[in-house]
Amino acid sequence: MSESDLQPLDGNAAAGLLGEMFWRDMTTATGICAGCGSEGPFAEARLFASAMGSVLRCPHCDNVLLRAARTPRGVWLDMQGFRSLTFTPTPDAN
Amino acid sequence: MTEPPISRGFRSRKPQTEQRDRVPPGQYLTTDFPVLSAGPTPSISVDNWSFALQLGGSLLAKWNWTEFQALPQTDLKTDIHCVTKWSKLDTQWRGVSFDTLLEAAGLSEAPTEYTMLHCDGGYTTNVPVADLKDGMGMVATQYDGLPLAPSHGGPARMLVPHLYFWKSAKWVRRLRFIEKDEAGFWESLGYHIYGDPWREQRYTGD
Repeated sequence: MSESDLQPLDGNAAAGLLGEMFWRDMTTATGICAGCGSEGPFAEARLFASAMGSVLRCPHCDNVLLRAARTPRGVWLDMQGFRSLTFTPTPDAN
Repeated sequence: MTEPPISRGFRSRKPQTEQRDRVPPGQYLTTDFPVLSAGPTPSISVDNWSFALQLGGSLLAKWNWTEFQALPQTDLKTDIHCVTKWSKLDTQWRGVSFDTLLEAAGLSEAPTEYTMLHCDGGYTTNVPVADLKDGMGMVATQYDGLPLAPSHGGPARMLVPHLYFWKSAKWVRRLRFIEKDEAGFWESLGYHIYGDPWREQRYTGD
């Protein structure tokens, strides 16, 4: 590993990597719950939608996986209830 | 048959004006009691219920259901205002006031200036002590003369009626005193840190 590998880059450099993940239908991802560690398809989680916002909960432990709210200043998103999300390659992805 | 020409209209005008004065900007009146929740309605038996006061991570006091019901109870008739724009007038509650809880815990005053309320289901909301003391906040266990229904937060919910109703946390189980104000569940997702309906503090930046 060269010294230049340890130097942080500007956040803009993540655009390509993030573009590989966030362009697609997110509900096709597989997630790991940060609460109980169970793994499963995003689409199997339980969504509680209300006028204030939407809350996605783990189907096994009810941990809050994702929260989203639409306000006049933008859409707010918190995904810290996921330990990780996995996006499997699709045929049209390079 | 003759009808009184004006009495019906004149009778109703004054109450309508008084009601309008009690409805914050941007709100409409409802006679229903809409249910808004960020998760499933928990089924909580009073046999397994308790309510605690904490300072940071330390326990200050804890009551089971029987002990809680034995504390001096307060009746409150008040208006409530949801950030989703409905307001409801003259709601009737019974519960234990924040002041009574402090006294029962042997505290002459609150140990910090801010609180975080913790609920079953992982919900949290922050409320300053100044908005709880002097009769401003209570833990309510009855609504309209009946035990609080689970869908409305039963067996016990917070009641801080002068702030938007998301601060009146359902299924409340712990009141934690904190040194500095922190954002709770909705406050960390674009909703206002304080939530005064009369200043229309719905969202961050309002």
